[in-house]
Amino acid sequence: MTTIDTSRPPEGPAKLAADFKPNLLLGEHSLCPGCGEPVALRLLLEVLQELDIVQRTIGVVGHGCYGSFVRIMDVDVLQCLHGRAPSCATGIKRVRPDVAVFTMQGDGDMANEGLQEVLHAAARGEKITCVLLNNGVFGDTGGQLTATTVLGQRTKTSLSGRDADEHGYPIPVADLVAGLRGAAYVARGGVGTAGGVAQTKRILRRAFETQLSGAGFGLVEILTMCPTGWFVPAGEGPDYLGESMEKVYPLGELISP
Amino acid sequence: MGLELLEGSTAIARSAIAAGCGFFAGYPMSPFTGLLESMSRELPAAGGVCLNAESEIEGVNMTLGAAAAGARAATGSCGQGIALMQEAIAEAALNETPFVVFNMARNQQDYFQATRGGGWGDYRTITLAPKDVPEAVEHTQLLFHLADKHRAPVMLYGDPLLAQTRVGVSIEPRDFGSLPPKDWVLDGTGGGTGHSRQVWTWAMGKATDPGPGPDRHWRSIAAKFDAIAAAEARHEQAYVEGAETVVVSFGSAAKFVEHVVDELRAEGHRIGWFRPVTLWPFPGAALTAATRGARQVLVFELNAGQMLDDVRIHAADRDAVRFIGGVSISESGLAYGELMDAPVIRTRILEGVA
Repeated sequence: MTTIDTSRPPEGPAKLAADFKPNLLLGEHSLCPGCGEPVALRLLLEVLQELDIVQRTIGVVGHGCYGSFVRIMDVDVLQCLHGRAPSCATGIKRVRPDVAVFTMQGDGDMANEGLQEVLHAAARGEKITCVLLNNGVFGDTGGQLTATTVLGQRTKTSLSGRDADEHGYPIPVADLVAGLRGAAYVARGGVGTAGGVAQTKRILRRAFETQLSGAGFGLVEILTMCPTGWFVPAGEGPDYLGESMEKVYPLGELISP
Repeated sequence: MGLELLEGSTAIARSAIAAGCGFFAGYPMSPFTGLLESMSRELPAAGGVCLNAESEIEGVNMTLGAAAAGARAATGSCGQGIALMQEAIAEAALNETPFVVFNMARNQQDYFQATRGGGWGDYRTITLAPKDVPEAVEHTQLLFHLADKHRAPVMLYGDPLLAQTRVGVSIEPRDFGSLPPKDWVLDGTGGGTGHSRQVWTWAMGKATDPGPGPDRHWRSIAAKFDAIAAAEARHEQAYVEGAETVVVSFGSAAKFVEHVVDELRAEGHRIGWFRPVTLWPFPGAALTAATRGARQVLVFELNAGQMLDDVRIHAADRDAVRFIGGVSISESGLAYGELMDAPVIRTRILEGVA
C-alpha cells in the first residue's frame, strides 16, 4: 500500500478522472457539454486496450454526432453509410476473421435507418460487436424524434411530446436482438451515473470477449445523455436519463453465453 | 486449356474467381440470379465467401466492407436492385473502395442508370459492356484490375443473353500488368500507432494527422475521373473508313448489328459499325473520328434512346444522327422483344439509310 507523505504539500493539484486519457484517444472531442457519447467512447477504447486487441481491431462508424470520433480514435476505421455499419462490418469480418470488428451507431442510425441491417447481422450470428449509442433523439440534426424516443419526450418533430397515437411506440433494440438465435451477447448499459459507467465498461468487455471466443453476435446498447437534443440544462442530463429512458429501457444483460 | 461449354453466369463466376475474387454478396433477381447461384456453388470451394444477402442494400455494403478490408470483392443485381445499390456505389467512388458490380440487366434500358448513376456527388462508374460471353469472361478479369488500379467501384453491363447463353469458353487468369500496392487497406494493425487508417468519404483524417478534407478530397476524386476518362475509353469499329453510314450499338445488340453490317457490306453498301466497349468513359474522340465522313450515324439500342445522347454529343455531325432502336421487351418482361433479331435490325438500318 502506498504511503502518502502528509508532512509536505502535494507537488501538483489533485487529478480529475478526465486527466487520465486512454492511449487510443488522439485529441479532444467536439461534442456538446453534458453529452454521454464521449464517455461511451472512452470506455470502448479502454476495453480495447485492456483486452490487448488494439492492433487487430477495425471500427465501422455510422452517422451521428459520434461520427466525429473517427478523428480522435486511434483505431483503423471505415466510416460507412447511414445505417449500414452491420453490413460493412460483416464484409470486413468475413474476410478478416482474426480481427475484432465493432460498429458504433446511434439510435437514428441503427433503429431508424438501418434496423434490418442489425437484425439480419444478429440472426446470421456474425461474429461482430455492434454498439448502439441510444439517446432517443437525432442529436446531430438538432433534436428530432427517432424510433427510440420514449413516450412523452418532447422533440422538434414531436413538440407536445411523443404520443403513441400519432408517433407510435419506441423500439427496444436490445430486446429485439435478444430474441434472435444468432445473438450470443446482448446487454444494455447507461452512462448517466458512476455505477452505470462501471457497468457499461464491464458489458463492453464481455461483448468483445464474446466476439473473440467466436460465440456469435454481440450488441451493446448504451443509453447516453443528450441535454442539447432534450432541451434540458447540461447538468440535468444524467437525472433526466434516469427518469425517462432508463424507465423504458432497463439496464443489464439480456443474454450472455 | 481447352474450351468448356458453360452458361454465361457460370463462366463469369469462374472468371471472377480466377481473378482472385474472394468475397461475393448478392440478392436473387433475374437474370442476375444465375451468377449468384454460381458464386454460391463455386466461391467457397475456392476459399472465398459468398453471402446470400437479405437485400441489395446489405449486399453492396457487405461488399464495400470486404473491399475496404482488402479483398477483391463483387456484388451484382439488375434494374431496381442496382437502383438500391446506387448510394453505396457513389459512396465507394468517393471513399475510394474498389469492387465490381455485375449488372446483369434485363435489357438495355439501364444505360443511363449505369453511366450517369443515381448516387450523389461528383463520381463516375467505369462500365464495360461485353457483346458476348467470351468477352464477358475477359471483361470480368479486366474489371477487377481496373477497380484496383483506380480504387473505384466498376460495373459490368450484362443482359439475359450474356447470363443465360451456353458458350464454349476458356477460363484462365489474365495478366493486365502491375497494380499499385494496397497500402490503404484496413487490416486492424493501425490501432495505437498514431497512424491508424481511415476509409472515409470526407477524408478529414485524424486530429494528429489531418487529411485533405472534403473540398480537396472531392476535387482530387473529380480529377481522377477526368484522368480515367482520358485513359480508359475502349471501343471497336469496322469498315468506318469511307463509310456513308456508321451504325453505333453496344453490348449484345452490337453482336447482331455486326452480323447485319457484314451482310450489307457483302451486298455493296458503304456501311460500318462502331461499338463503345466502355459505356463510361464513352469513347467520344474515337466516335468523332469514326463518323467524320458519314452521312448517317444510326444508333441502335434496345431502349427509348439513352446512348443516343452520348452519340449526339460526340458524332462529327450531330444532324447526321438518327435513332433506329426502341423499347422492345418480351411478354415476361425478363428478356428482349422482337427488335433483337437480325432481319428486323436489317430493315431498320435500311430505313435509316434511305
